Amino acid sequence: MNFYLIRIVRKMIAIISHWLLPGYGCGIIRRLSFPNGGAMVAKQKQVKAKGLTHEGRNYSVETLHKMHDMMLYIRRFEEKAGQMYGLKKIGGFCHLCNGQEAICVGMEEAAEPTDYMMTSYRDHGHILARGSDPTAVMAELLGRAGGIVGGKGGSMHMFDIEKNFAGGNGIVGEQVPIGIGFGFASKYRDDKRVSITIMGDGGINQGAVYESFNMAALWKLPVVFVIENNQYAMGTSISRASAETHLFKRGISFKVPGMQVDGMDVLEVERKMSEALEHARSGEGPIIVEMMTYRYRGHSMSDPATYRTRGEVDEWRSGRDPIARLQKQMVDAGLMTEEAFKQKDKEIKKEVASVAKAAEAQPEPDPSALWDDIITDEIPGAYPYPRQVG
Amino acid sequence: MAKITYREALNQAMCNEMERDDRVFLMGEEVAEYNGAYKVSQGMLDRFGPRRVIDTPITELGFAGLGVGASMAGLRPIIEFMTWNFAILAMDQIVNAAAKMKYMTGGQYSCPMVFRGAGGAAARVSSQHSQALENWYANIPGLKVVMPSNPADAKGLLAASIRDNDTVIFIENEINYGDVAEVPEGEYIVPLGKADVKRAGSDVTLVAHSRMTGYALAAAEELARQGIDAEVIDPRTIRPLDEATILTSVAKTNRAVVIEEGWRFAGIGAEISARIMEKGFDDLDAPVARVTGKDVPMPYAANLETLALPSVAEIVEAARAVCNRN
Ligand SMILES: Cc1ncc(C[n+]2csc(CCOP(=O)(O)OP(=O)(O)O)c2C)c(N)n1
Ligand SMILES: [Mg+2]
Repeated sequence: MNFYLIRIVRKMIAIISHWLLPGYGCGIIRRLSFPNGGAMVAKQKQVKAKGLTHEGRNYSVETLHKMHDMMLYIRRFEEKAGQMYGLKKIGGFCHLCNGQEAICVGMEEAAEPTDYMMTSYRDHGHILARGSDPTAVMAELLGRAGGIVGGKGGSMHMFDIEKNFAGGNGIVGEQVPIGIGFGFASKYRDDKRVSITIMGDGGINQGAVYESFNMAALWKLPVVFVIENNQYAMGTSISRASAETHLFKRGISFKVPGMQVDGMDVLEVERKMSEALEHARSGEGPIIVEMMTYRYRGHSMSDPATYRTRGEVDEWRSGRDPIARLQKQMVDAGLMTEEAFKQKDKEIKKEVASVAKAAEAQPEPDPSALWDDIITDEIPGAYPYPRQVG
Repeated sequence: MAKITYREALNQAMCNEMERDDRVFLMGEEVAEYNGAYKVSQGMLDRFGPRRVIDTPITELGFAGLGVGASMAGLRPIIEFMTWNFAILAMDQIVNAAAKMKYMTGGQYSCPMVFRGAGGAAARVSSQHSQALENWYANIPGLKVVMPSNPADAKGLLAASIRDNDTVIFIENEINYGDVAEVPEGEYIVPLGKADVKRAGSDVTLVAHSRMTGYALAAAEELARQGIDAEVIDPRTIRPLDEATILTSVAKTNRAVVIEEGWRFAGIGAEISARIMEKGFDDLDAPVARVTGKDVPMPYAANLETLALPSVAEIVEAARAVCNRN
């Protein structure tokens, strides 16, 4: 597989430069074996000439730009989606993740592309961060033929098997048992892939979550349970729904360790997520990562969010915004100017606009698609007959 | 051919499939160390080890979902429900996840897996442990529903279900587990979606699945003594349904009785009789009759339980009625 080759080559360069240039290159190199006989080495951060250091971890200029640009891309993409929804081009439910971008991007930076990931209906940011085609994601929102699931799922059901992204689940908490199933498969095949299973502060109260914590811990499944604690489940604030509001403690009865992370700081998300992934990958079983965050928009496009004060929203939006935060860090370190960020933003907005245009230009699915992908092994002589009524 | 029990036949199917495909594993409550609540998985832990025969906590929604995820990741889970009564707790994973995954993902992911266990009325266990709910699953696009009525079919259909690339709801019958009959040895496959004529006859068609197939065969013997030659058809797969076999039979007999253990309203019999009306109306000499479970929760008392279930006598009576012999 190309991916492994690229990784190995990159790693070899890193190792060589480590020996040639003492002080350049750091971290422990862990070898992870994969079932295809190939081998890959865990990601490590490299010290380049410039970059940022956060809690002893170094982030290259290149990495910082990559993370910043993706966060900003998600922000602008969601804004565009909101706009298209307002124009009635997107139908049904549409849940935006403005404010939560650092989680999407920081986690992806820490994860291996081979790691599995699944989440709820608030899924646009995660699938974009995984590297899926934005035009296909937008086309899905618009119900187009070239949508990432062919226009069958819409906003809530984004899937990309190539990127190991398994949804996109509309039933609150449903993805959590499914997530441990991916972890089970990984352990069964001993292929060292971790299942990153994401849920909300509302989803955490589903019984299925605790069934999953128990089995994952019992069988030491490689699962990182991520809780996006954005303080609200629709209009219900966490204190009105949860007796124990420190959600990272919810695994205690199952011996699942947990940690709380500032989900508004992409570097912190990357750092803590790396720790969590290492824990799960090394065979120590599941771990909970509670990401403290906030959604700037309503629960879905139809929610004016009157259950919270403007002051509260502003406190997060202007005080803790993850994109502004990274921009400031980079400007302070002399890695970028405010002017250049403004220019970047313009470029991204333009890119998103052209993605939206391209998606909109696509046709709707062919009517015959109605009957596609229901059954794999169709039985021609038996009723209900494939592809027909009655 | 050796004579073995229905439960041994199921066991053979699982063991054969696990021998030939490492992706297949069995998971459920008491399947491993206890050898199965109904001993269907007898000896499988010893043979395949704890990696592939896995006891779970009592957590149906959780392990059903685990199976869904594992199947999406490329394994071939057999998820055993101790009985289908408990699968009600797992309904979300079956209906919202497994059944819809292929469609909802535009064909990217699918859930090739078997949910199996004991269904139908058991004996003297009252309302919560004694019911036939196959119509729930048969209603849902994306699922296949399979119900064997004898040991040979149990083996062949389970093997076919494990190899099938869709989600199969495989409903066994608790009362039938001890039934003994000849079963082909070694690899044996009964294709899904194919009904079986269990008894040929010319006067009336009796359509019955699972345990009711035996009842229909007993009724046919009684009817023969009364001069009525009944044909008995076991659909074996409920969804998708081999209606051609049923319609061909009705074209010959011109009369039909559909029998099921489950409740009448929106039941399997309602669907089959509607199909006969839609597709075989001109062949009918009498309205299709249904014999079903009574519209009550299952009671415990022996006499009431008997009254709640279909009986051979009721089938005989219904068949006589459609033949204008009452
Ligand atoms: C089982 C179920 N119950 C209710 C709903 C309706 N619903 C959709 S989202 C939601 C709130 C979930 O909040 P949270 O888990 O915090 O996620 P967030 O929306 O904040 O990302 C509810 C109640 C649902 N989709 N599924
Ligand atoms: Mg929430």
